[in-house]
Amino acid sequence: MPTLEIRDLHVAVGDKEILRGVDLTVRSGETHAIMGPNGSGKSTLAYALAGHPKYTITSGTVLLDGEDLLEMKVDERARAGLFLAMQYPVEVPGVSVSNFLRSAITAVRGEAPKLREFAKDLKAGMDALSIDSAFAQRNTNEGFSGGEKKRHEILQLELLKPKIAILDETDSGLDVDALRVVSEGINRFRGLDGEGEGAGAGADTGVLLITHYTRILRYVKPDFVHVFAGGRIVEEGGPELAEKLENEGYEAYTKASA
Amino acid sequence: MGLETKPLSTLHERSSYNVADFAVPTGREEEWRFTPLSRLKGLHNGTAAASGTVDVTVDAAPEVTVETVGRDDARVGKAYVPADRISAQAYASFEKATVITVPREVVASRPTVITLRGAGGGAAYGHIVVRLEAMAEAVVVLDHGGSAVYADNVEFVVGDGATLKVVSLQDWDDDAVHVSHHHAQLAKDATFRSFVVTLGGDLVRLSPSVAYTAPGGDADLTGLYFVDAGQHLEHRLLVEHTVPNCRSNVTYKGALQGEDAHAVWIGDVIIRAEAEGTDTYELNRNLILTDGARADSVPNLEILTGEVAGAGHASASGRLDDEHIFYLQARGIPFDEARRLVIHGFFAQLLEKIEVEEIRARVLAAVEAELTR
Ligand SMILES: Nc1ncnc2c1ncn2[C@@H]1O[C@H](COP(=O)(O)OP(=O)(O)O)[C@@H](O)[C@H]1O
Ligand SMILES: [Mg+2]
Repeated sequence: MPTLEIRDLHVAVGDKEILRGVDLTVRSGETHAIMGPNGSGKSTLAYALAGHPKYTITSGTVLLDGEDLLEMKVDERARAGLFLAMQYPVEVPGVSVSNFLRSAITAVRGEAPKLREFAKDLKAGMDALSIDSAFAQRNTNEGFSGGEKKRHEILQLELLKPKIAILDETDSGLDVDALRVVSEGINRFRGLDGEGEGAGAGADTGVLLITHYTRILRYVKPDFVHVFAGGRIVEEGGPELAEKLENEGYEAYTKASA
Repeated sequence: MGLETKPLSTLHERSSYNVADFAVPTGREEEWRFTPLSRLKGLHNGTAAASGTVDVTVDAAPEVTVETVGRDDARVGKAYVPADRISAQAYASFEKATVITVPREVVASRPTVITLRGAGGGAAYGHIVVRLEAMAEAVVVLDHGGSAVYADNVEFVVGDGATLKVVSLQDWDDDAVHVSHHHAQLAKDATFRSFVVTLGGDLVRLSPSVAYTAPGGDADLTGLYFVDAGQHLEHRLLVEHTVPNCRSNVTYKGALQGEDAHAVWIGDVIIRAEAEGTDTYELNRNLILTDGARADSVPNLEILTGEVAGAGHASASGRLDDEHIFYLQARGIPFDEARRLVIHGFFAQLLEKIEVEEIRARVLAAVEAELTR
């Protein structure tokens, strides 16, 4: 059963400490929402878990299925089953979406997919996310709109089938239709096919959903909500906590953490 | 005031068939300051006796005429007058020239491949003329390899409404020295496409230039180079707009890896007062893959008329972008593979420009081979 265990994680950028002791456990079948104001360190948590070289772990541990995640290289973490849908997906000039995805699938599965099978899966994945099939030949994320980039991240999520997915503000910059399409993709990944609670049995996957706003939580229902402020989790609860934030905002927490 | 402050237009004024009209370079001259003269094996100072061999063979399209001619042939040296000492030395020293002619209105049915193979033994000098008569169309490949100390001049004479596409591949052995001028002369509405690929050789200094004799000329010069440890690969471009309404576009990209890998790119574009309506752009990008590699990139644009349709240049040299690598690695792709994909991507748009399938495949394979070194 995949589990991501974060213990007392401290992270710095340069000499500046950004995360100041994060504790969080995500088990398979669970969806955790992390909500917090801008600048509270949500993306720092996401990047640090993925292994971005700019972020230095100053103390703490992170285990994925009991294995030390922090000892692994970026690509090893991904192959171990961690996925980060980035807030700002990177444009990679000259590398087509199709070529990129085939390389990624080959790396994660340990063998190259059969060409026909890959073409079929890619087409199906793109259709499900209302991505025009012409995107397969375009350069990765280059010239994509904000919404197109986010759909492309979820396409990767569905094709790579990780154990634990961190989704960093996947909802930002999406209009209502795109938000629904993207949420459906996340729910397919969770093994919940959009027919309301308990529709699917739930997949063997865990989700860490980072968001600033509550609107995506109407489509992707979290089991736990964590409030993030000043580089740590300051309050935890169930879905009802999201409603409280919706009504009251983050002011109480930003004042307390300042 | 040093040489560097001289306007381009005066720098490029000198030309002569006579070696004695050019002083032996000292390395302080603007045009020689990047080139390691000590590695030229005497090509620049008259000590390189013509004792070596570079075999020239031509596999021509059936519609194309191939001739081997003497120094006195009227078609030789007509479009280009040497503009530096080594060019003049090559002109003074070659014995036989190869003249390729595509007759009027003829469209060559397949590429004409000129294979130049160095067989060592000392310096060699050469001369090639490629002539496209009015409305003719052809693809010509210059394929350089082997071991050589070689200086040559290549003239491309593109007639009215004609289209010439040239691929020049420099994939010499590690000890080779090659100094070459490629001059294209474009008549009315002529189209010239040049694709230069420089990979192998100890020192390669290639100077492609373009001149227009009538309006409507269109030149597109693309280059790709991969510099390994100890190599000096230099490309010096000159486009001189002297007539109205012509177009030029220069795009050169290179990757460098290893100790003392050195790339030089000079992009000189002059728009003379008469050349109204000129449209030009030049770009050079270098990807520096390791410490110890150096790229010198100098774009120069001199505009002497107020009436241009467009004129711009850009030059950038930098490392592999960590964010690109991170993104690919974050999807499970191992570092080496991620690096390969990104470098490939860097060259991808250029490679697409090679229209001849088998040549594109060959260049692609050569780039792949560089990447796995
Ligand atoms: N790469 C970075 N370089 C410099 N500062 C950074 C970097 N990433 C994050 N920070 C700083 O860390 C703090 C938290 O940022 P971030 O994690 O992006 O917050 P959030 O995602 O919650 O908006 C901010 O003060 C931000 O300026
Ligand atoms: Mg963020």
